[in-house]
Amino acid sequence: MSDARRIGEPVLVVEDISLAFGGVKALANVSFDVRRHEVRAIIGPNGAGKSSMLNVINGVYHPQVGTVTFKGMSQRQVDPHQAARNGIARTFQSLALFKGMSVLDNLMTGRNLKMRSNLLLQAIRIGPAEREEIANREVVERIIDFLEIQAYRKTPVGRLPYGLQKRVDLGRALAMEPELLLLDEPMAGMNIEEKQDMCRFILDVNDEFGTTIVLIEHDMGVVMDLSDRVVVLDYGRLIADGTPDEVRANPEVIRAYLGTTH
Amino acid sequence: MNKKNLPVIVLLAALAIGTLLPLLEKSTQPGFYVEVVLGGLMSGVLYSLVAMGFALIFKASGVFNFAQGAMVLFAALCIARIAEHVPLWAALGATLVIMTAFAWLIERVVLRPLVNQEGIVLFMATLGVAFFLDGFGQTVWGSDIYTIDLGLAKEPMLILENVFAGGILVNRDDLVAAALAALLLLALALFFQKTATGRALRAVADDHQAAQSVGIPLNRIWVIVWAVAGVVAMVAGTVWGAKLGVQFSLQDVALKALPVVILGGLTSVPGAIVGGLIVGLGEKIAEVFLSPILVKTFDLAGGGIENWFAYVLALLFLLVRPEGLFGERHIDRV
Repeated sequence: MSDARRIGEPVLVVEDISLAFGGVKALANVSFDVRRHEVRAIIGPNGAGKSSMLNVINGVYHPQVGTVTFKGMSQRQVDPHQAARNGIARTFQSLALFKGMSVLDNLMTGRNLKMRSNLLLQAIRIGPAEREEIANREVVERIIDFLEIQAYRKTPVGRLPYGLQKRVDLGRALAMEPELLLLDEPMAGMNIEEKQDMCRFILDVNDEFGTTIVLIEHDMGVVMDLSDRVVVLDYGRLIADGTPDEVRANPEVIRAYLGTTH
Repeated sequence: MNKKNLPVIVLLAALAIGTLLPLLEKSTQPGFYVEVVLGGLMSGVLYSLVAMGFALIFKASGVFNFAQGAMVLFAALCIARIAEHVPLWAALGATLVIMTAFAWLIERVVLRPLVNQEGIVLFMATLGVAFFLDGFGQTVWGSDIYTIDLGLAKEPMLILENVFAGGILVNRDDLVAAALAALLLLALALFFQKTATGRALRAVADDHQAAQSVGIPLNRIWVIVWAVAGVVAMVAGTVWGAKLGVQFSLQDVALKALPVVILGGLTSVPGAIVGGLIVGLGEKIAEVFLSPILVKTFDLAGGGIENWFAYVLALLFLLVRPEGLFGERHIDRV
């Protein structure tokens, strides 16, 4: 763990969240916190409510009970674009890239909130609009370098292999310069090399930019290597919360993952 | 070559041959043929203008906006009636404001409450909007036939007199329409490709959820898209109104834009242009040169081909290439 990355006070507090779709309970009384600069993992078997949890933080779902407090502000009905405004970025489990657009344009959409000049100026591309475009382009170019995707700058994302698309997804989120980055299964469907690359990027993001990261992952090895603390969900309930070692030793976690003999 | 494209290529080749066939006929005057082709392309431009409006809204919101034709009519009515009191440019400006306000209202009253509903629900909503606009236009502006005067000389020009015997007749209105369509396409292309707002629009068109997650506000984007479609409707209304007079049958002609978008692809603005030109050209050629053959060989009454040609063509395209010439091919992972 690097010295530059000092884990601070809780930046995100999730309290007593319950979420149901009709009669199906996705989450029940889940509470945990995420501290500034830490890498926090949410793990659990299929259908445990991990993605639902991410969607609650990001404002896609509104829980029936409970509060999400981000940077001391608790808002009941945040929608995703407000969450983005507050500094929360995310990637998607099943890629949700703008497939028809180039890698560069995909990343530039991440700068949308930083662009302030009005429509007419943009249309003729003069003055502030031109300067703004150039300044934002510089940020995006740094991210492109960071993720080592220089060669694909102008390629439509739909034509890239899966592993690279995942990287573009991460890049688009990074372009927002978020304070909190939500990663929904960043390694899903990747081969070993791609996974290793992705791990390195995640650690570097955390290290160099100090970005707080919440990630969902299936690969236990990856989770234990990457994260500072781990939340374990099972059937929508929180069954364990602690360091990777604590969680690994927790009998309930072992039962949830391996099943019990009856 | 991709085997899948073969039927499309065959269909397009058949169309091209069909278009050129009349030239083989000895009785066809080359000058007359060129006039028919130009006439066809010109009405094609008008179809394109309406089809562009359809494509814009469908691309950005997945809504098939049945009201596009009514918007064309409404915009034309506004221009014609306001221009009775003020100069044309002022009437255009006022209509621009009205169409933008209309876009805002549609987003507030129709789209926002229905967000995340099935496509068919939104389609039905636009059907309602279409009939509302139709009646509302009548309530506000009256139901007579009005004119939009672009201030151009009415008599057609004769061009290329030394190439073809007797020269070729061209309407000035048609030339203005073609130039406007080209300008509009250029402006839209620049707007979509070169501005941050255009980029946001393309992002929304690709993936609503991801667009929201990077902080693009869907509601504002929809207002912009409908406003742009309103502007396109206004341009279409201006040239159609100038050519045919502003009357309620404009709406029915606007329905021709449906086969056009099927041909070009629902999600493609350039497709709307190409589709419009193909339909316009095809139906004129068929009407002028195919009718006499039907009359001669089968002793039919002939005529009326212009009315159904576009729809039959669209049907054929649906069979061989449902996504249209330029539409996005959807590959769903299961």
